[in-house]
This record gives sequence, C-alpha cells and structure tokens, in this order.
Amino acid sequence: MLLGRVVGTVVPCLVYEGLAGVPLLLVQPLERTGKPRGTPVVAADATKMAGPGELVMYEGGREAALALEPWFVPVDHSIVGLVDQVSREDWEPA
Amino acid sequence: MIIGRVKGEVVATIKHPAYANWRMLQLDRLDGQGRELGSYLVALAAVDAGIGQTVLVIDEGNSARQVVGDPQAPIRSVIIGIIDEITHA
Repeated sequence: MLLGRVVGTVVPCLVYEGLAGVPLLLVQPLERTGKPRGTPVVAADATKMAGPGELVMYEGGREAALALEPWFVPVDHSIVGLVDQVSREDWEPA
Repeated sequence: MIIGRVKGEVVATIKHPAYANWRMLQLDRLDGQGRELGSYLVALAAVDAGIGQTVLVIDEGNSARQVVGDPQAPIRSVIIGIIDEITHA
C-alpha cells in the first residue's frame, strides 16, 4: 500500500463491464513524508467515500481489482482506505 | 522478501473490510546495508513491530493473502518478522 492525495475526479462516458458505477479518482502519489511525488494515477475508489483533498491509501497491481465488487475487473489502482492519521515524526503533508 | 524500518503508524477508520483489525505501519525500505532507499510501504503488522524496528516484509499478494487467511483480500504488503541482525559475508 502507498499513500496518496485525491486531486480530482474522473468521469468516464463508457467503461468495460463490471466497472459501471465505480468512482474513478485522480490520486497524487505521496512520498514517505507526505509530499507529492510523481504523476497522478487514476484509481478506482473501493471505499466509495473518498473525495477531493482526502488523504487515502491505495493498492496497485492485481490486488487493486480484488478490492472491488465484482473483483474480476480491469483495474490497476484502487483506493482501499481513507487515512485519518499518519504518526510519523517527519510527516509534513502539503 | 524485503527489509524495512518502521517509521510510523497509519490510522484509517474507513477502509476495505479485509483491513479491519490489523495495525498498519509505514516503513521505509532499506538496502542490504541498512541504508534507507528513499521509498516506503504501508504494510499490515502480522507480527507486532514497533517504531524504529527493522522488519522483514513480504510485498507479494498471494503470500499476503495466505497470512490474512482470505483468498480475495486486496492486500499485498505484510510484516512477517522482526530482524535482529544482518551479517555480510
């Protein structure tokens, strides 16, 4: 799992079967201290509760699809939790 | 398996049910000499590690799902050991 910040929403007009109704959010990956690093990815929101500005944890790869229902869907990043707190000494979220 | 150092705890109330009742720790990845690589992971604590400890981590889905006992859990990273010492030949 990695940490990310929701920076936008993605609205598709047509999706592959199984993905209808799954929220797609633009997630900016964070480095270990909470600063943004790298290119945003589009993640399916398995919690269905994340929104812009939210600190989230996401899973990539095969596990991303397993977070969804139905789980046999073509997805490579999924939000699996909304983070309340990171208790790291040098944590400095932007 | 990879080596990491526990740096903090991640707390989330709303999360996928497979993560319920597991502690989640943020750990920095280390190289073979124990130096920080600059990257990190958030992993479930299958053994009770504390902040500052060097730990053994699996970052592979099938073994992680074996640890949590759910063949469809969306989980990939699990702390499965605490490292006392690494010696180099």
